[in-house]
Amino acid sequence: MFSPDVPLALLFILVFMVVAADLVALKSKDLLVSVISYGTVGFGLSVTFMILGAPDVAIVQIVVEVIILVLLIRATLGRDRKVVSGEHEPFAAAFAWVAMLLLMAMVLRIVLLPETPAFGQPVMDRLADTPSQHYLSEGLKETGAANAVAAVLLDYRGYDTLGEATVLFTAVVGTMVLLRRRAKKKEAGS
Amino acid sequence: MEGMSVIVKTVTRWVMGFVLVYGLATVLYGHLTPGGGFAGGVIIACGFVLWVLAYGGRGRHGTAHKVASTLDVVGLAAFLALALAGLTGGVFFLNFLGRGKAFALASGGVIPLMNLAIALKVGASVFLASLVLMALRLPEDEDGELSTLEDAE
Repeated sequence: MFSPDVPLALLFILVFMVVAADLVALKSKDLLVSVISYGTVGFGLSVTFMILGAPDVAIVQIVVEVIILVLLIRATLGRDRKVVSGEHEPFAAAFAWVAMLLLMAMVLRIVLLPETPAFGQPVMDRLADTPSQHYLSEGLKETGAANAVAAVLLDYRGYDTLGEATVLFTAVVGTMVLLRRRAKKKEAGS
Repeated sequence: MEGMSVIVKTVTRWVMGFVLVYGLATVLYGHLTPGGGFAGGVIIACGFVLWVLAYGGRGRHGTAHKVASTLDVVGLAAFLALALAGLTGGVFFLNFLGRGKAFALASGGVIPLMNLAIALKVGASVFLASLVLMALRLPEDEDGELSTLEDAE
């Protein structure tokens, strides 16, 4: 079920740490504790990606979840809000538990099938002429970039990167437009 | 928006150069080492957000937000220009520059230039979004309305 290259004990320790930090972030009433726990979650995930052999994803995970998320929360919430308040919702909680248990049972059933490939083992290298094998074997020669991820992102699949840059641009423009509209409404009403 | 204490300001002054150089190195060596334009751009933006958080200054955000918007658009336009320039070779997004020696800094054709354009775009976007969200803070104004970007200028 698990490929022999994956350091299983370390992976389980990290996953346990991430889940524990998530629970602390959700259940804690103090916002500062929540934010720091989210930072721990991001750090744990980043180390997981690193030991699974994905350093680009690990860098982006650290930078986005730990740094940007913490900075944004601190910048937007300010110092006035210290605690979170709200009532318990027993029906929603029970529904969430049942749904989660069903989902875990489904995942376990699929993972324990004999045809499922082992965790950590690449699936698309069974055939020799899949695009992924072509990118790995001819990437350096065709694009000249030693980093295969950069070669795929910016050369082989550059159009997807253009789409992603457009999405980011649209998000920022949308944020600024929404905030300006509120100022105009204030002027019109007064 | 007020700044933070003297300790934070001093440490920010010391650390800012390292953060920017590290971000720039991640971008420039993006075709050789892990990282690339996206992560490097966000690191550079984080450096500037740290500066704004530490030093505050409600009245000075006007120029920062105009410069960031301009750089955002310039980054996206540069990326599009590089993609369209591939049309000289006959195909959209063609990698038309020479490949160079493997593992050298000047290798990979158009990829390092695209990394720089993406870093400019993503860094400016993240900085602008952080600035805009910092101007809109959840505690309300005197007359009960949430503050907006215009109040920060």
